Amino acid sequence: LSVDNQSTASPESPLPLRFGGPGERVPRRILVLGATSGIAQACCRLWADRGDGLFLVARNSDRLNAVAADARTRGASYVGTAVADLEDTAAHPELLAHSINSLGGLDVALFAHGVLGDQSEAEHSFAAAGAILHNNLYSVVSLLTWLANYCAQRHSGTLAVLSSVAGDRGRKSNYVYGASKAGLTAFVDGLRNRIDREGVRVMTIKPGPVKTAMTQGMKGSGKFADVDAVAATIVKAIDGKKGRNGMISGPDVVYVPAIWRVIMGVIQIIPDRMFKKMNL
Amino acid sequence: MHWQGDFPRAIDGVHHGALAVGMGRSYGDVCLLNQGTLLQTTSMDRLLDFDPATGLLTAEAGVTLAQILDFAVPRGYFLPVSPGTKYVTLGGAIANDIHGKNHHVAGTFGCHVTQFELVRSDGTRLHCSPMENPDFFASTIGGMGLTGVLTWAQLRLKPIVSRLIDYQGIQFHGIDEFLDLTRQAQHIEYTVSWVDVNSTGKNFCRGIFMQGDHSQLPAPLERSAKPKLALPFEFPGFALNGFTVSAFNALFFNKQMKKRVSALQDYEPFFYPLDKVLHWNRMYGKRGLLQFQYAIPWEYAREGTVAILQEVAKSGLASFLAVLKAFGDVPSPGLMSFPTPGITLALDFPIKPEKSFALFDRLAEMTREFGGRLYPAKDARMTAPQFRSFYPQWERFARYKDPALTSSFWERVVGNPVGDPYGDVFAATGGVR
Repeated sequence: LSVDNQSTASPESPLPLRFGGPGERVPRRILVLGATSGIAQACCRLWADRGDGLFLVARNSDRLNAVAADARTRGASYVGTAVADLEDTAAHPELLAHSINSLGGLDVALFAHGVLGDQSEAEHSFAAAGAILHNNLYSVVSLLTWLANYCAQRHSGTLAVLSSVAGDRGRKSNYVYGASKAGLTAFVDGLRNRIDREGVRVMTIKPGPVKTAMTQGMKGSGKFADVDAVAATIVKAIDGKKGRNGMISGPDVVYVPAIWRVIMGVIQIIPDRMFKKMNL
Repeated sequence: MHWQGDFPRAIDGVHHGALAVGMGRSYGDVCLLNQGTLLQTTSMDRLLDFDPATGLLTAEAGVTLAQILDFAVPRGYFLPVSPGTKYVTLGGAIANDIHGKNHHVAGTFGCHVTQFELVRSDGTRLHCSPMENPDFFASTIGGMGLTGVLTWAQLRLKPIVSRLIDYQGIQFHGIDEFLDLTRQAQHIEYTVSWVDVNSTGKNFCRGIFMQGDHSQLPAPLERSAKPKLALPFEFPGFALNGFTVSAFNALFFNKQMKKRVSALQDYEPFFYPLDKVLHWNRMYGKRGLLQFQYAIPWEYAREGTVAILQEVAKSGLASFLAVLKAFGDVPSPGLMSFPTPGITLALDFPIKPEKSFALFDRLAEMTREFGGRLYPAKDARMTAPQFRSFYPQWERFARYKDPALTSSFWERVVGNPVGDPYGDVFAATGGVR
């Protein structure tokens, strides 16, 4: 774990104390894990545009610096960064503590790291299949366990986890990736069931195929969803609405684009005796 | 490509050359590479730094001018040079050293680029500015993407206080009225003319001279709304014919009933009238359109323009949105830059191989005879001898070309045709490493 303390917009003070005048928007303190992923980058732009504070975590420092520079230039009120390989679960507690201290608290955490993996390789190699599960599931379970308890103690915060429509039903074209996301979806469902009553929002975000670096070169990628539109939906869902009691509420499970809720609904009800013969 | 570090790794194992492309809006084949590998740069679109005091913006090369405007306008800044569409990338604007309606006062886009990074296929990263690696700086501006891959560039934006343009449209009849209006408008920032190229006789070379300055009255600087209109399908090939285009041209001329109109107009319709309709090019059907743009130096500018307009009118081929403008004498830092002091005319024609290609070839020869040149960014027909006479500096330029990069345009006008006297130029230089 290497933490870059120099890259803050205002090094002496993290986000200011949270006073907002009447009608003035208080910047949110947002932790982004896997900040160089296509969807995370697009979300960061929207948050930076409106002056939120960001702490960005990613593995590759050159790429992370470019994303951080973009957020700073666009007007993020604070940008902190840490280079970390999130597969290293032992480093999570220190990383999270540092991130939250830098932001001066936490309003939102976006979990956007993950790998698509190589399905055909994973069919023949447990090492390859295990790596996909480790990256997409184990590491998120570790991070969520720490953050869920942090948020539950404070009765605040939104944990937004990027799962995938691929987790709704295993298909031969990507069932290892699908299994990692199915596990993640189940974990997040249960976590929501446990800590929603503590005042912590836990969101499952299920994107369909999106035009990003992850899907470049895939068959039909020209017709995949536009990443900026997907990010706008995600950011809006995370914002939610302020209820009469002052609590923020919003959707628990978000399919983006929304049509995927219908598509996966259909795919889920196909009987196995037919499904097993299909090429999906 | 998604990251600044992706080149040259992105061309490992590539045969038949490679070419970085942005939005692919160049009309000709400078943005194409038959059989080769295209490196799409549009996800390299991060803003890296902005100084609100000086207007210096540093951004990755795949950012579009539309994205720059969305960022800059609410902060009181504007592009120093605006082309006819905002859907082009920063890298493409530099590589083609594009120009706009303010060429006579501001020069080309390259005049406002302060520095950039150029990555060569051997992995060398060159920091280029007028002081550092000045040869690569000059050859990359207008270098058609052939000198290396641009990762980021710094651009000097200009301050504005309003989105509005103080606009005037003035009818003219004939080339001399156009030249008078050009002289009178020397100190107006933006000038451009639409000209009716289908009419002959007393209506020959009639048009509307459009001029404008940024409004000096402070007004809200909001971000533009996203375009809502889009042409959903291609028009059939017969939709644009001599009759419909003449009718359009007559309507366009007569829409402005008065000799002179003045208005305050938003910058979007003033600079980017076609961007309002996404996929407007579908109007030209499946075969599409070809552009033709020349610049002829002042010495023969009047004579050449009249002769070429007569040739176009005589051909009876439909062209609308013909654009006439006087280039100024602000020099470009680019070695291969197109604009030269004189007159430029841009025409577009639906592609009809048997007729339009013959006309294009005649117009290209006429341009050469009048000492002019064609614009590579809008060309698909220029021959190798024509290119070499339009751009005699091409051999010097070829020394800075990256050996791994090429384009269909370059293959066409330079290439290595058998028995070509210039054929061994690459063997001689071997590229610069």
